This record gives sequence, structure tokens and C-alpha cells, in this order.
Amino acid sequence: MTLAAASHGFLTPSGVEIAFLLVGLVTLGAAVVTVTTKQLVHAALWLVVALGGIAVEYLLLTAEFIAWVQVLIYVGSVVVLLLFGLMLTKAPIGRSPDADSGNRWAALLVAVASAAVLVWVVVDAFRASWIDLDGAVQGSTEVSGRSLFQHWVLPFEALSVLLLAALVGAIVLSRKTGEGSQETGRAAAPVRREGQR
Amino acid sequence: MHLAYPAVLAVLLFCVGLYGVLARRNAILVLMSVELMLNAVNLNLVAFDVWLRDALHAGQALTLFTIAVAAAEIGIGLAIVLLVYRNRGSSDVDKLTDLAERPTEDEQAQPQSQQQAEAAA
Amino acid sequence: MTTTTTAVLVPLLPFLGAAFGLLLGRRAPGFVRPLAVLPTLAAAVLAVVVAARQGGGAAVDAATQLAPTGSVPIELALHIDGFAALVAVLVGVVATCVQLYSTGYLRDDPRYSSYAALVSLFTSAMLLVVYSGDLMVLLVGWEIMGICSYFLVGHYWETEAARSASLKAFLVTKLGDVPFLFGLFALAADAGTFRITGVLNAVTSGDLHHPTLIALLLLAGVAGKSAQFPLHTWLPDAMAGPTPVSALIHAATMVAAGVYFIARLLPVFAASAAALVVLAVMAAVTMVGSALAALAQDDIKRVLAYSTVGQLGYMTGALAVGDRGAAVFHLLSHGAFKALLFLGAGVIIHAAGTNSLAAMSRMRGLSKRIPDAFWTVTVALLALAAIPPFAGFFSKEAVLGAAEHAAVGEAHLALGGAHGDLGSVPTAAGWTVLIAGLLTALLTAAYATRLWLLAFFGRGPQEAPDHGKQPFAMNAVLWVLFIPTAAFGIAAPVLPDWFDGNALTPTLVTSVLGTGLALAGALIMYGAWRHTTAAAARRPIGAVAVDPDAAPAVSEEEAIATHAAAYGDNAGAPDPADPGRLLLGPLHAPATCGFHLDAAYTALFVRPVRAAARIVRFLDREVVDTYVHGAGTGARWLGSAVRRAQTGNVQTYLGALLAGSLVLAVAAVLVATGTGA
Repeated sequence: MTLAAASHGFLTPSGVEIAFLLVGLVTLGAAVVTVTTKQLVHAALWLVVALGGIAVEYLLLTAEFIAWVQVLIYVGSVVVLLLFGLMLTKAPIGRSPDADSGNRWAALLVAVASAAVLVWVVVDAFRASWIDLDGAVQGSTEVSGRSLFQHWVLPFEALSVLLLAALVGAIVLSRKTGEGSQETGRAAAPVRREGQR
Repeated sequence: MHLAYPAVLAVLLFCVGLYGVLARRNAILVLMSVELMLNAVNLNLVAFDVWLRDALHAGQALTLFTIAVAAAEIGIGLAIVLLVYRNRGSSDVDKLTDLAERPTEDEQAQPQSQQQAEAAA
Repeated sequence: MTTTTTAVLVPLLPFLGAAFGLLLGRRAPGFVRPLAVLPTLAAAVLAVVVAARQGGGAAVDAATQLAPTGSVPIELALHIDGFAALVAVLVGVVATCVQLYSTGYLRDDPRYSSYAALVSLFTSAMLLVVYSGDLMVLLVGWEIMGICSYFLVGHYWETEAARSASLKAFLVTKLGDVPFLFGLFALAADAGTFRITGVLNAVTSGDLHHPTLIALLLLAGVAGKSAQFPLHTWLPDAMAGPTPVSALIHAATMVAAGVYFIARLLPVFAASAAALVVLAVMAAVTMVGSALAALAQDDIKRVLAYSTVGQLGYMTGALAVGDRGAAVFHLLSHGAFKALLFLGAGVIIHAAGTNSLAAMSRMRGLSKRIPDAFWTVTVALLALAAIPPFAGFFSKEAVLGAAEHAAVGEAHLALGGAHGDLGSVPTAAGWTVLIAGLLTALLTAAYATRLWLLAFFGRGPQEAPDHGKQPFAMNAVLWVLFIPTAAFGIAAPVLPDWFDGNALTPTLVTSVLGTGLALAGALIMYGAWRHTTAAAARRPIGAVAVDPDAAPAVSEEEAIATHAAAYGDNAGAPDPADPGRLLLGPLHAPATCGFHLDAAYTALFVRPVRAAARIVRFLDREVVDTYVHGAGTGARWLGSAVRRAQTGNVQTYLGALLAGSLVLAVAAVLVATGTGA
């Protein structure tokens, strides 16, 4: 928004912009494949590509610490978790024709409509806004660490408690219950369904 | 860099994730789509943080928190999916319709009894 | 105690008696009889005290306002003049007699406690009406009397006749009470007050702007309450109630309330010549018609009921010619002898085991079984037929004398000193009342003779059944009431001091005419009876279906319940030996059923109302219910349609949610950007 920024234009893209655009296209394509592919494991792998692309975008936006965290947590652990989940639920390897549910077209309609509205609004709102990527680095580890442990230390600690609770909760949920109660649980389930019909 | 690039990319990613959430049948694929949506939001946060040059870097801090919460969410979510799979033998979202209201027998009998009451009156 | 305090106690004591009677009736049966008799007796004594203190002098007025009631104030007011004092004495005495009589008459009745309490409440209401100086307070008593009458007529509610009679009495009197209420409002709107004194002052000063309208509206209520044509039809049917109730409510007091009300407000009525003429015509039709109907009735109490209607016609006739002294004089003497007649009829019904005159006329020796009732009823019938020297003669001659004055144009409305001369009475009203009164005197004597002969001089194969000795209380009361019946006439020279000052002593012309006609009527009836009585012995009719040990009330209830079954009708009996049938000729059949007035009402009111009700029912069932059912069915269809959306599929829900929020977001953006461009 400075005078220098005002001289920019769509017709004279800078190198960063071109790189951002290309990586963005790759990311978007990977995301689309993730939500449309019939092969479940492939979806997880394409998700890796999409998340990695987003990490590159973070780098291009000079937020390098976020980018590495993204790579570590998402690409490193979340996708692994998802793959484990797929395996534990005995997801079929190869093409499964019923990967999409019946209301696919309604979902497509809603998604396209929201995309149109949001793109219209966002472009309309920020058509004259420019990010000044020159100058001091915004997201180096040092800068992020400083802000995190100076200003955000209390939420940070609270978040650790949340993580602990999630950990405990996940363990409790996924733990196999005792033999006796499991039997009653299995016996009770069909009865319950009978009662509801 | 023009702000519209990351913003539009975030919007499109979000909507792709939205489509996945609505259209996918397998619960784990739905969770993947949720991750896409979360990442779209994260991208927005980072982009606006950089654009505004926030002294506190609230956007980036919040992105970190979101990533942590997303990790927790995926842990719990997968645990729930596993539980469902163990109980139902399937992790398809559109088969979990126990909360749907089905026409029961007394509702089918109700119009008949009402007609009888009218005839008696 | 001041006179005011005493006067307040008079209505209050029976009210308290009624309240305690209702409260204690079930828990302490021993208190019921004292609670019924003693407060009424005390009220009667206090009423006598009030009358003695008031002494026919200036009216006692007292008022207190409980709460402000808007533009026209309503006050608890007393207005005790000579009329109020004497009528209160009558009410107290008759009520005490009736309560005493009831202790014997309903001795085994399981509902005696509530019965006695209602009679006490009724007495209290009547005394309130008599003493009240405020028209709204009067209306309260008026309506309480109506509801008590409803309950008491329906005392034998096991019988169909009593149920329908109580409902009919209530509805018909209410039919009159509605215009009555409007009349009171109109009167208060013109006079600016509900106080009787204020209203009378307004009449004197000419502030009453719509006297004819007000008088006619009030007249409707009076006709309903006092059983005047055309609203009299409830009274004969009300005889389905117990005999003491008939004596108290439907002979001596409540039906007299209408007459008393006009007497109190006579200046209002006198302000409109049209109202007086209407009143006279109403009285004349009532008198003659009811006397004819009385000739044809078979039920002894229905004879007396039609007789009551006729005598009330005499009173309204006296009012129509502007002599309220004569009206209230007749009210007092009629109250005494008609109460006696009813109570005697109760004894007769018990002794004979039937209420049918046809059945009685085939019983030998009924008069010897009940000598007390025989002698007292004989004298009361003489009084009713206006044979000198009994009470009825004097009061009826006072009425006829007043009518004669009016007919020759001598009557002036001298209503006490304060109100002055209000002008003359229309001579047409005078002639109407005089002629109708003389004709009715003939008929009255005829039906009184018929009742006497048929009831006491039956000739037939069977003896009257032996029901044992009548209860002492019942016989004693008959003799108590015998005293005023026989001797009230000597009060005629004194009474004008209590009333407006018009002379009430008999005049020669009307005395000779009236007595002569009465004697003629009695002789004609006697001749007819001699002619038919031989046939009576040959044609057995009627059924006596009562066991001898039952209480009188039980006998009466069974008699009422079996009358229609035995004769096919509540009113008449197919008895060829009836002298009334011989005399009336072709008129007999219509007279039996009250000249088809009930049928006319059926055609005029009941059928249209029923038809309207059918239409309403049709509209309700077919039209309104269709909408209701349509609303229900529509909601159900809508519900099942909506339920289809309730698939249980979370993704569908989420999709719908997002689509909705998308629409909202677009709308919000369009609004935020202004024109939507």
C-alpha cells in the first residue's frame, strides 16, 4: 500500500508471484485429486503433496518456522496417523467404487457455489492489497520463538494441557475394553438396533 | 506480492476440502478433507500476518496453535473412527444413520384410529 | 338497638342460618332443624319489631357505601316504608311457618339440610328485596331468589317433571330478568342513582326522560318473576317441587316480589300512561286465562298455582289503576291464605296418597281423616273466593274498588305526601281491570268450589287410605295461618295509614257485585258437581300408589312421578265426571294445557333455537371441523415430508447447513455493499 507497492500490477508479476502461482496450482491439483480419487491410500499420498505444497507457500511468504512445523507435524505425523487409520479399518487397497457417497453432486454444487462467492468477495476486497515481502523476515525461527514465548506463552501452555487431554482421550477411546464388557457391548448392540426399528 | 494470490488459493483449498467433507464416504477420507480445510485457514492466517506486519505475530502464533489443535483433532477423530469401525464393522459415514427418524408402527396406526373416532362421533 | 340495626339483622339472620346449615348439615344433623327454624323465627320477630317501630310513619332511610362503583354509585341502602315493613312481616311469618311445616313434611329426607338452608337463603334474599333501598342490591336478592327457586323446584330431581320444571322456571324468569336489568340501567342512567328515593325524586322533578321504555323493560322482569302473562308458564310446572316450597316461593313471597317491586316504583310506571294500559291488559289476560285454566287442572297443586297466577293478576291490576295500597293489601292477605292452601294441599296429598283431584273424588271420607286441614282449607278457599268476612274479601274488594274509581275517572295517583299528584289513571285501564276482575271473581269461586268438592266430598267405592295421624308441626302451622286468613280483614280500616292513605274498605257496589258473582260461580259449580258426581262413582279412575308409613314428601314425590304415567299428562286427567269439564265444554282441552301457550313457545322459540342449534352443529361438524382436521392433516403431511429430510446422514445435514449459510452470506454481502450491485 505504499507508493512503491502501488506500482505493482498483475501484468508485471514478480518472480515470487510466479513461483507462488505454480506451487499453488500443484497444491490445488493435489488437493482435488485427494478428494476425488477412488483409491484410498492414494488419497493419503496426494494429501502429502498438497500439504507439502502449502509448506512451500509458507516459505514463499517468509514464514519459515511455520513451514517446517507444517512439514514435521502434517506431513510427518498426521498423514502417518491417517495411513494407520486406513490400515486399521481394513480399507481396501486399489480402486473402491463406492468411495464417494450419493450426494456427490449436491456437495459439488455447494462447494462450487461457496468457491464462487468467496472468490468474488475476496478478490473484490483485496484487489489493491500488496504484501511487502522485502524488509525484515517475518517468520524466522527467532522471530516466531520470541513472539511465542514473550506474548503467547500462556495460551501455549494451555494448549499443552489440551494436547495432553487429547492424548488421554485418544488412548481411552481406542483401548480395547475388557473381555466381559466387550461381550455385553457386542450383545447389546444388535438388541439396541432391534429396538429402534 | 499481491494479497489475492494466497487468499484465492486458500479459498479454493477450503472449497475443495468442503467438497471432500460432503462427498466422501469413508470417515478417514472425510478427516483428510478436514485437514485440507484447516490448512486453507492456516494459509490465510500466515498471509494476513505477513501483510499486516503484526508486531505480535498473532497470525503465525495462531497458526501454530491451529496445527496443534488439528493434531489433537486427528488423534481423537481417528480413535472415534476406530471405535465405530470396531462396533459396526464399517467406517462409512452414510451408514451411521441411527439418529434418523423412521416411521414407527403407532404412527401408521394413528390415522386409522382417528378415522375411527370420527366415525364414532 | 336502633330500627336500622334491627332491620339489617332481619335479612342477615336467615342468611347466617343458611350458611351454617350448609356448613354443618352433614357433620351435625342435630343442628339442622334449629338452624333452619330459629333464625327465620327471629327474623320474623325482628320484622314485627321493625314494623312496630316504623308504624306507618315516615320511611326509614339509611345507606352506606362499601366501595366507589363508578358514575352511578351503588350503596347498601335501606328504605323501609309501610309497604316494606308489612311485607317483611308477611315473609317472616310465612317463612317460619314453612320451615316448621318442613320439619314434619320432609322428616326423613336425606337432603333436608340443604333444603332447609336453601329455604333460609331464599328467605334472606326476599327480605333483602323487601328492605333494600338500592335497586342494584335489590337485584342481588332478586337473582338469589331465582336460583334458590331453581334448586328448590328441582328438589325431587329424581323425577323428570321436577328436572324440566326447575330448568323451565329458571329460563323463563331469566328471559324476563334480562330486560329487567336493562330497565334498571336505563332508569339509573336517567335518574343518576340506584337509590329508590333518588329515583322517586327524579320522577317527581320530571328528570325521567324515557318513562315508557323503562317501565316496559322493568315490566318484563316483573312478568317473569310474578308469573304474569305471557311469562307465567313456569309457575304451574314449578309445582313439581315440594309443597312447602310452593307455599313459600310460588304463592306467598317470590312471585309477590314483582308486584312489590312495581308498588315501590309505581311513580315510575305511573309516569307513562302506556305502561299502565299495558299493565292493565296484562293483568286482565292473566286473571281470566289463569282462572279458566285452573278450572281444568287435575293436579290439586296446579289448580292452586293457576289460582296464584290469577290473584297476582289482581295485584297487578290494582297497580295498573294506580292503587298500590290495594295491591299490597291483596298481596298480604293472599300470601297468608294461599300459603295456607298450599300447606293444606300438602296434608291432603299425603292423606290421599295422590295429587289427582280425579282420584280424590273417588275416595270416601277424606275430610274426616284430616279434620284440621279440612276446616282450615275450607276457610282459605272461602277467602280465595272472596266471600265475606274473610281476608280475601276485603283485599279483593279494595282492588275492585280502586278499579271502579279509575273506571269512572275519579282515581288520582296520590302516592303519599312527598310525591304529590301525578295525574290521573287512564279510564281504559280502569274498565279493563274492573271487568276482568269481576269475571275472574266468578271463575275463582267456581274453581275454589270444584277443588273443595272434589277433594273433600269424594264418592266412591273405596275409603280414603289411612296414613296415620298427620305430624303435629304441619297441623299447628295450618292453624297459625288460619288466623290471618280469617281475620286479616279487620285491618282494612287501619292499613291506609301504613300505605298511601287511599281508603281500602269495601264499597257497596263492588261488594255486592263481587260477592254476588262469587256466590253465583259457587252455585253453578255445585250444580254441575251434583250432575256429574253420580258418574264418578261408576267410572273408577286413578291410582293411589303410596305406602302408608312414608313421609309426606315421599308420597308427594311418588304422586308427581306417577301422574303423567297414570293419566298421560301432567296437568289434566281424562275424567268424564269432572264438573269443570262439563262447564268449560270445548274450552276444557285448551284450558288443561294452559291454552297451548307452551306449544306456542315451542313453535316460536324452542324450535327455532333447536334449528339454529342444528345449523350450528352442522357448521361445527362439517365446516369448522373440516378446517381443524385439515390443519391437523396438513401438519401431519408436512411433518412426514420434513421427516424425509431427516435421513441420519450427517453429510446431507452439513450440506444443507452450508448451502443455507451461503445464501445468508450472499445476502449479507449484498446488503453490506448497499444496492446489491
